[in-house]
Amino acid sequence: MSGFRTLLYKEVLRFWKVAFQTVAAPVLTALLYLLIFAHVLESRIEINGLRYTAFLLPGLVMMSVLQNAFANSSSSLIQAKVAGSIIFVLLPPISYGEFFLAYAGAAVLRGVMVGLGVLAVTAWFAPLQFAAPWWILAFALLGGGIMGSLGMVAGIWAEKFDQLAAFQNFLILPLTMLSGVFYSIHSLPPFWQKASHMNPVFYLIDGFRYGFFGVSDVPPLMSLSVSAASFLAVAICTLTLLRKGYKLRY
Amino acid sequence: MGVAVSIRRISKRFGNVQALDGVDLEIGEGEFFGLLGPNGAGKTTLISCLAGLARPDSGQVSVMGFDVQNRYREARRQLGVVPQELVFDPFFTVRETLRIQSGYFGLRRNDAWIDEILENLDLTAKADTNMRRLSGGMKRRVLVAQALVHRPPVIVLDEPTAGVDVELRQGLWQFVQRLNGEGHTVILTTHYIEEAEALCGRIAMLKQGRVVALDSTRHLLERFSVYKLSLRIGSADRLPDAVARRAPLANGTLDFQLRGPDEVEPLLAAIREAGCPIEDMRMSTTDLEDVFIEIMNGRDMESQEKPENPEKSGEAR
Repeated sequence: MSGFRTLLYKEVLRFWKVAFQTVAAPVLTALLYLLIFAHVLESRIEINGLRYTAFLLPGLVMMSVLQNAFANSSSSLIQAKVAGSIIFVLLPPISYGEFFLAYAGAAVLRGVMVGLGVLAVTAWFAPLQFAAPWWILAFALLGGGIMGSLGMVAGIWAEKFDQLAAFQNFLILPLTMLSGVFYSIHSLPPFWQKASHMNPVFYLIDGFRYGFFGVSDVPPLMSLSVSAASFLAVAICTLTLLRKGYKLRY
Repeated sequence: MGVAVSIRRISKRFGNVQALDGVDLEIGEGEFFGLLGPNGAGKTTLISCLAGLARPDSGQVSVMGFDVQNRYREARRQLGVVPQELVFDPFFTVRETLRIQSGYFGLRRNDAWIDEILENLDLTAKADTNMRRLSGGMKRRVLVAQALVHRPPVIVLDEPTAGVDVELRQGLWQFVQRLNGEGHTVILTTHYIEEAEALCGRIAMLKQGRVVALDSTRHLLERFSVYKLSLRIGSADRLPDAVARRAPLANGTLDFQLRGPDEVEPLLAAIREAGCPIEDMRMSTTDLEDVFIEIMNGRDMESQEKPENPEKSGEAR
């Protein structure tokens, strides 16, 4: 497993060397969201008995975890493919399982680091509780895992940066933005409530929020099951691509 | 001498292109083996199959007895590949790059060997420089170093001297020859045929995915050995038919192919008798480049051995 350890280390070192761009920048973005939305909506909206800022905060943390986990594995792979340096990880005796674990692990780590950063700079704006901390952790890891794997799929599939950008802008961004980060889906018309229930990211956000406040739109166990099943599905898909060498080994 | 690399009847097709067409090769331990062929002949595809970067449609490849598909972990440990493209990871320094590459092969404390490679490739001063800041030649050296971190018994160099200055080329060859002397098997593809002639003990020539020549460098040269006599003559009008038939006149120059130096004098005598003034004269022997061109133009080894079958060379064209 030493190949795995080194690959994980390399993937972590890769984003850590440019942490200003990969960790600090997304923390600032989340802070801006919070400042703007809280300023506009704090005095007008209360959701599930929570002040709007308090409601928004866990969602922002989770959204940052998800988007950065995706960004990490996808950009690492597309850069290595375009530059040709992907060969350095294809020549050594590293199994596809180790490959998956290393890239997904680094993605989860970056996601969680950004999430902690967002939490640290935004926690001052609203009273936070930690009603069920293990649920917080479980959803953060599952969310990072799902998006880290999805990032691998995108990075393996895309041949150019604009293809990856399309994947990110037309799939990942809508999924995360329309998942109840900024609102409770109960406030939506019935059709969009149903549509939101089809979005696996909704369950990640809702379950994550439950970990903080102990209240949620759907039962947390259901969110956990959907999230675990989603992770399993994406992981199997990613592992299959890697095993077959899709677009990596021809 | 054991077998370092065994390639058995491998074929690989990309769309309409048959990149490899039943290639059979066996390379012995400790050999310095050359793989020659024009662009698109299948050299890099063959190396990719060897390294597990490509999967052949049929046939088998093994390195030091390990099948590259079924026992890929062992096979890849035996192999160090210097890729053709000048690729690098811009996030890391030279030393980080080499430490990471060692780790991929399960080597966690490899600094003594890394220092030795750096020293040999004249990279010590650049050890802590970011890859991005290195010149092309330096990046090429790091690629060589990366291929060697796990001390592979078989080293593959895919056009390692393309775009490299003379000094580095010399240094690189000295180092590779030393490794070969220490028992490493070296497989080299190159466009510089004189390099292959100087370095390789045995050579395979590929054309359109097939091996069209496979022999020791010495034998290849002997087999095709001819003396070339180039004469520039003043007026060809009076040239005797017997002489004119042997060499077509081009730009006032006649190129004769002779079997030995003893044919020179009778030829010159015939031209002198006819009263044709000789303005310039040059003599040379075959080098590997001539052999290469001849083979690529259709004279493959089989037609060499069976001259009674003239269709063969036509077919290969």
